[in-house]
Amino acid sequence: MTVTKEAELLPAPKAEDLAAVLLETVQPTRPSALSASLTFGWRAVLKIKHVPEQLFDVTAFPIMMILMFTYLFGGALAGSPGEYIQYLLPGITVTSVVMITMYTGVAVNTDIEKGVFDRFRTLPIWRPAPMVGYILGDLLRYVLASFTIMVVGLILGFRPDGGVVGVVLGVGLLVVFSFAFSWIWTMFGLLLRSEKSVMGTSMLVLFPLTFLSNVYVDPATMPGWLQAFVNVNPISKLVAAVRSLMAGGFDGDAMLWTLGYSALFTIVFGAWTMRLYNRK
Amino acid sequence: MNAIETSGLVKVFGDTRAVDGVDLTVPAGTVYGLLGPNGAGKTTTVRMLATLLRPDDGEARVFGHDVRADPDAVRQLVSLTGQYASVDEDLTGTENLVLLGRLLGHTRGHARQRAAQLLEAFGLTDAAGKQVKHYSGGMRRRLDIAASILNTPKLLFLDEPTTGLDPRSRNQVWDIVRAVVAHGTTVLLTTQYLDEADQLASRIAVIDHGKVIAEGTKGELKASVGVGAVHLRLRDADQRPRAQQVLAAALDADVQLDPDPVALTARLTGRATEQAAEALAQLAREGITVDTFSLGQPSLDEVFLALTGNTDKTDKKKEAAA
Repeated sequence: MTVTKEAELLPAPKAEDLAAVLLETVQPTRPSALSASLTFGWRAVLKIKHVPEQLFDVTAFPIMMILMFTYLFGGALAGSPGEYIQYLLPGITVTSVVMITMYTGVAVNTDIEKGVFDRFRTLPIWRPAPMVGYILGDLLRYVLASFTIMVVGLILGFRPDGGVVGVVLGVGLLVVFSFAFSWIWTMFGLLLRSEKSVMGTSMLVLFPLTFLSNVYVDPATMPGWLQAFVNVNPISKLVAAVRSLMAGGFDGDAMLWTLGYSALFTIVFGAWTMRLYNRK
Repeated sequence: MNAIETSGLVKVFGDTRAVDGVDLTVPAGTVYGLLGPNGAGKTTTVRMLATLLRPDDGEARVFGHDVRADPDAVRQLVSLTGQYASVDEDLTGTENLVLLGRLLGHTRGHARQRAAQLLEAFGLTDAAGKQVKHYSGGMRRRLDIAASILNTPKLLFLDEPTTGLDPRSRNQVWDIVRAVVAHGTTVLLTTQYLDEADQLASRIAVIDHGKVIAEGTKGELKASVGVGAVHLRLRDADQRPRAQQVLAAALDADVQLDPDPVALTARLTGRATEQAAEALAQLAREGITVDTFSLGQPSLDEVFLALTGNTDKTDKKKEAAA
């Protein structure tokens, strides 16, 4: 008979130890909604800790975006890349971060089929906590992506008039919007059958939303019918609000629209996500 | 109070009636076995009872709480160890248990302490800091069960807890289950292994095609397909034909001639020991010398095969019908 390595390392559970363990009588109190959500957020952070490569997406992708568009369009649209980046940077920050939000859907989709989800779903906790946890973990990525873009932007010559406060407020608003927007992806993550279809659908939603906006060019140069869409596009509202914050101003109208859209996404897609989650 | 009561439980997936009117009564404090082949509806039944699936029809109560009307009350009392390890493969053993401890409402300190205690008891201390994806099947299972008893549940669902495990790991899991039950937890165990149900369960329901086809204690189930078989070896092969006649008359049963020229086997239907004793006396009066004699209980295997309709008997019936 061969003795396996496991047998040497790991003795069988001892009966008396088991009895002692089973005698655990500490009856905990049910965790609050916030505490349960934060615990799931901690789980997401642990996953990043174990597979740090996944942060490649949130650093390399934004750098690529900003370099590409600054030098591709800069000369043609604003005379020089240095001038264009003053206009582009808030918008490209928004685009990059909003694009990254789709990974929430991919994560939900790959996780939901695993056994561990069954366990989460049989726990007596606030039902949306696992979903909120994903998004909380992802907020960390959004902040990291924004930070990366800012650093690259500053190197390339971006000089925000709003200073540090303006930039932080702008990123803050972006993160709030991304939290709300992520509920679309948790919904798709639960609705669609495979990771690939989640990715495909995400692109179908994200490309028009980010390109048909005020990120790259002034909407005034567009045909009227396109302006009609661009002007109600939530991304345009968000970009306008972030741009004004970073420039040291305050676009009340755009801010209100952005927060309104955020509330709408959270309520509609949050409810839809929970409906799917409970039925899965 | 009963731990589980279901009546007419139904779950339909498309055209398939995965669970088709299941009635179960599981007394508290026992191990109840749901025995059946793959696809019989065992897992679907467990998932409904664990509030993971909504029943399409019928009623199910866990310690008196309706799984549909009050799932949250049910979740307070149950723990699930699913067919596929219900632990997070990307996290370490410790992280898994601390995560769960926090979700159950323990303080960070107590969650850590409890995790260490459970890992120690389940022989996983050395692997505590390793990601679960690097665990062996047996280790994963043990961690899974440790997670399930983090807060001692009143009802523990074990869905095929030893499928795919080597015999040693399987014995460990059995020991753990026995310890859990000794502590007062009710266990609903699904299995396709007959010896597992035989080893652990006090009552068993045999499920096939979404229906309970037999239910009772192990003894009752075995009795339902016949009490057992009498095996005889005679001293003299020439006496065998006569012995066959005598036995058939005395036992009112089929008596088969075995390939061994001195051996016979008779299947019993009534009270085995009394019948067998009588038959032996009859043989002695006829002057037939019996060398060895044994009375065997049918294995759960035989019960299972007889009930799910894969026995020689049914094949013969089918042939006769055809």
